[in-house]
Amino acid sequence: MDQNKEFQERIKKAEQTAHRAAYVTFFAALLLLLTIYYPQLGLGETKPEVIAEVVEDEDRIENGIHLRTGLKDGEGLMTVVNNCTNCHSAKLVTQNRMTAERWNTTIKWMQETQSLWELGEDQKIIVDYLVKNYPPQKKGRRLALTNIEWYELED
Amino acid sequence: MKRRSFVRKTVLGTFAAALGTDIVFGAKMLEGYTPLALQEPDPFKLFKKDKEMIVLNDKPWNIEAKAHLLDDKITPNSAMFVRNNGRLPEDIDPNTWTLTIDGESVTQKKTYTLKDLKTKFKQHTYQLTLECGGNGRKEFDPPAKGNQWSVGAVHCASWTGVRLKDILEDVGIKGDAVYIAYHSADTHLSGTPGKEPISRGCPMSKAMEEETLLALQMNGKDIPLAHGYPLRLVAGGWPASVSGKWVNRISIRNKVHDGPKMTGTAYRVPCKPVAPGEKVKDEDMCIIESMPVKSLITYPKTGAMIKEGKKLSIRGHAWAGDFEVVKMEYSIDFGASWKECSLEKPANRLAWQHFSAEVAFPKKGYYEVWARATDTNGMSQPMVVPGWNPKGYLNNACHRIAIKVS
Repeated sequence: MDQNKEFQERIKKAEQTAHRAAYVTFFAALLLLLTIYYPQLGLGETKPEVIAEVVEDEDRIENGIHLRTGLKDGEGLMTVVNNCTNCHSAKLVTQNRMTAERWNTTIKWMQETQSLWELGEDQKIIVDYLVKNYPPQKKGRRLALTNIEWYELED
Repeated sequence: MKRRSFVRKTVLGTFAAALGTDIVFGAKMLEGYTPLALQEPDPFKLFKKDKEMIVLNDKPWNIEAKAHLLDDKITPNSAMFVRNNGRLPEDIDPNTWTLTIDGESVTQKKTYTLKDLKTKFKQHTYQLTLECGGNGRKEFDPPAKGNQWSVGAVHCASWTGVRLKDILEDVGIKGDAVYIAYHSADTHLSGTPGKEPISRGCPMSKAMEEETLLALQMNGKDIPLAHGYPLRLVAGGWPASVSGKWVNRISIRNKVHDGPKMTGTAYRVPCKPVAPGEKVKDEDMCIIESMPVKSLITYPKTGAMIKEGKKLSIRGHAWAGDFEVVKMEYSIDFGASWKECSLEKPANRLAWQHFSAEVAFPKKGYYEVWARATDTNGMSQPMVVPGWNPKGYLNNACHRIAIKVS
């Protein structure tokens, strides 16, 4: 029981934090706006670029990887981020390797049973991105063992 | 981590700059706190899992073990795989939690508190093997859809609780009862209110087995949240998705249950074998029941290097759904020859069995030790990946580890 209580307390704490953070962000934004529009108030030296950096930071790409989701950079990336990572993690996307036909079937299944919205023209962008960046790999009847970490076995 | 502190500093910095002074409680205010949207929760701490566990998915949580983490005879929480379909339930209060039995085939609807379940019914403890239907999915070609489980979506913990059959007898079941269906407190990923992420079940015959429990405890303690606190249905030997977590209602149906993940390709395989990649119609899919015979070498960890002339002790577990394993073998020559392991009887029906062997290697070199179990029906594990199916279930191909003798 203790560990479950503890777990729920953690969830509560996280929620409280989110609320606090929202407050803090709100006031910070308000103060920044005041600084920008009423510099005569002399509210501070913080430059407005700082906030711009925070926003950019959310979708930063390093070494061809969109850091927030782990998705590969490429044409259609943000369409995938915006439509395919709301309900489930991008990890579910990148684990799967499918042809365009099977992705389209999967999207239809998500729309019919998992409350996914209509994608319209975005669907082709998404499927093209997935097929290009995460193509199926041939495995045959059994793969060889790979990435073995060798170690001395002591008695 | 970097991003998080950057945001925090920026926000606080803005605040401090704006006020023209440091915020006395600023550091404290956000210490240890992170906005939920930016949170990178540590599942290992959150769920008390071994650091070597593999996180396949973090929304919903899907985490698997590696073979060597499953060496214990009774699996501890730290090595138990997590397969969630929805969001974890919040604000669970064991004092107000109830279990309702309803449906077309009950003579009366009845509700029990957890205290009722603990005090009014005899408690039973069984060690029960639960394996995800999709364990081994990773190996199917063409790739099968879903979380790409490797070998670690299986565990055999000790579960304590009430026999489902005792409760159903207390409620009163009509003669036309066909299937039981669990309903749970987890919520759908899409956030759609009232939408169930998963609601599965089993035929009455499985529900009425002595080992089918409504468990209140796991390994002698309260069930961890990720594994179904405060009440979990446990039906050993069947796809683990039959063992519903956070159960608050069980419906007794007069037909095969049709809840989410009972239909389509979910936990169903082609009734007749199909070619890899073939399309299968819904009506040609059959629900998975007992899981196939399988085994896992849990010691040593793959990649062991030993000296020439030394024998290697291997050990692990074997299981066979509703049945028992009668023979356990290993091969060091890719199946050209097999030698028998010693094999223990299960602690109880539906518990995995332990095997061990002393392996000798004829000369220096690279070897793979393959393990193969055979069950009471004479069925054994294939060395290649078995029949392809759209969702990649039931891969019971032999497990193997790599060994170097030098």
